[in-house]
Amino acid sequence: MSELALAEATRRPAPRPAIVDAAADVTTMIGRSLRLSLRSVDGMITALALPIMLMLMFVYLFGGALRTGIAYVDYVVPGVLLVCAGFGAATTAVTVSSDLTTGVIDRFRSMDVSGAALITGHVVASVARNLVSTALVVAVALAIGFRPSAGVGGWLAAVGVLALFVLALSWLSATIGIIAGSPEAANGFTFFVSFLAYPSSAFVPIDTMPSWLRGFARDQPVNTVVETTRATLTGGPVGSVAWHAVLWSLGIIAASVAASGMLFNRRG
Amino acid sequence: MTTDLAIEAVGLAKSYGSTSVLDHVDLRVPRGGVFALLGPNGAGKTTTVRILATLTRADAGHVRVAGHDVGTQRREVRRRISLTGQYAALDEAQTGEENLRMMGRLLHLAPQLARRRAAELLERFDLTAAGRRRVETYSGGMRRRLDLAASLVGEPEIIFLDEPTTGLDPRSRAAMWEIVTGLATTGVTVFLTTQYLDEADRLADHIAVVDGGRVVAEGTTAQLKEQVGGRRLDVELAAAAGPEAFATLVRQLGPRAVTADPARRTVGIATDGTAAHVRALLDEIDAGRDRVAHFDVHTTTLDDVFLALTARPAPAEVRPIATENPSATEKRSEHV
Repeated sequence: MSELALAEATRRPAPRPAIVDAAADVTTMIGRSLRLSLRSVDGMITALALPIMLMLMFVYLFGGALRTGIAYVDYVVPGVLLVCAGFGAATTAVTVSSDLTTGVIDRFRSMDVSGAALITGHVVASVARNLVSTALVVAVALAIGFRPSAGVGGWLAAVGVLALFVLALSWLSATIGIIAGSPEAANGFTFFVSFLAYPSSAFVPIDTMPSWLRGFARDQPVNTVVETTRATLTGGPVGSVAWHAVLWSLGIIAASVAASGMLFNRRG
Repeated sequence: MTTDLAIEAVGLAKSYGSTSVLDHVDLRVPRGGVFALLGPNGAGKTTTVRILATLTRADAGHVRVAGHDVGTQRREVRRRISLTGQYAALDEAQTGEENLRMMGRLLHLAPQLARRRAAELLERFDLTAAGRRRVETYSGGMRRRLDLAASLVGEPEIIFLDEPTTGLDPRSRAAMWEIVTGLATTGVTVFLTTQYLDEADRLADHIAVVDGGRVVAEGTTAQLKEQVGGRRLDVELAAAAGPEAFATLVRQLGPRAVTADPARRTVGIATDGTAAHVRALLDEIDAGRDRVAHFDVHTTTLDDVFLALTARPAPAEVRPIATENPSATEKRSEHV
């Protein structure tokens, strides 16, 4: 193709429906976020090492002192999975917030790339990161004696519920990242989300908590996901808590998708 | 409304809180060539560019860019422009080539075309060898070139460059000048902001001088120089005259003193350069023939124009200092 013909072709790409262009933008931004995640060495190390340290700490340091009715490693793995997933997803707030401080965002804006495409890229990369770290945690758990009784169906259900929750938390964090004035402020959110795992059955049974806390501990989203994951993995009765977990996740996703789109357009 | 204008802005105003950044700015930028918006830090240059490039909305005024209204036809405008800001709009952790290909994909070029366009631009900006390295390993000059390359992926009609050479070393600066000159010959319109007079003088066909959120002068370089008079008379007072005599002289000349340097006891005054006018000025300044030690007549530079227009003798920030690099936070506050 001659220089001129190339220039002409570049200037006027063949007209396509807007939805195809929008989907192409989303794909491009997912590729970008995945590449940036893979190249952020310290980010990857934190995402992979922290979960494993957390689990070893709970199983070996606290495990001896806790009575949960079943082997503590079997009890705590769902909780650790969730804390890790929650932490990993919440770091998306920091990633989005620092991304928004870079000049490249202005370029995207001036190229009419939608906020939705940008945020979807971040969220998909976050889910991918977390699936990898979840797999790693499960592998280490199996190595130190985790013996779940679940069949293939149970595993699929557990992974599905966790993945849905990670998606919800990632999108919520991305929204927080847009609102936060700085990456440091966004970082506070990570702490908040990790904290939610403590007033839940993640590490200790809820019956051991003061009675005024039990209602909150039982119904908050993190607990519904922990209980569902534990029940599906250890073959216990799943019951209505699974629906609560799914509804919480779907609700958080819906609210975050709407809010992030609106907030991104308003910012700048 | 005429169509031979690339940009037409009427009555632009913008304030952040109670701080007015732009106060009724009018601009008329002809199609083709280089237009420079010249002014000191904080004059409102970045805000103006962001409004013209659809990134910031003006509080008041009308802007047409490439024949479309930036308020109501953003998409149409965005398709025809590109903006290169003061800070490289690139992903540090991606390679130069990946950055360019990403821009091509976001402009909805087919993958092969995006790849080819990236290669072509890397070649054009002398970055082929660095194309496979991550941007974080690039020098300031390479970053600026890649950034500009990224803004050209979509073949824009109007290219906005916000302070394209701030913070560059003299060699990179010269390279950037050559690139801008080259761009102008391809028929596009280049709109650049600068605080460097020599840069505007060297690159621009038309210049608007902004200060304190207003356009204080507009025209070709020659027209602007004519406004101040073709020449400048520098007079140096005798050491014996003392600092009071210098102060008195500056006061007496008022706005006619385009430069004033107390350390060298030198005042610059606009003149047409004729013997009669120079003689008259000398007589006026030094009726007793004992105060002026030396005098000198220069051709006016854009420096003089700027100083005369902004009534600010020898401000430090308009001097071209190649190594200057204002911190990001400091400049960001200008356009939050």
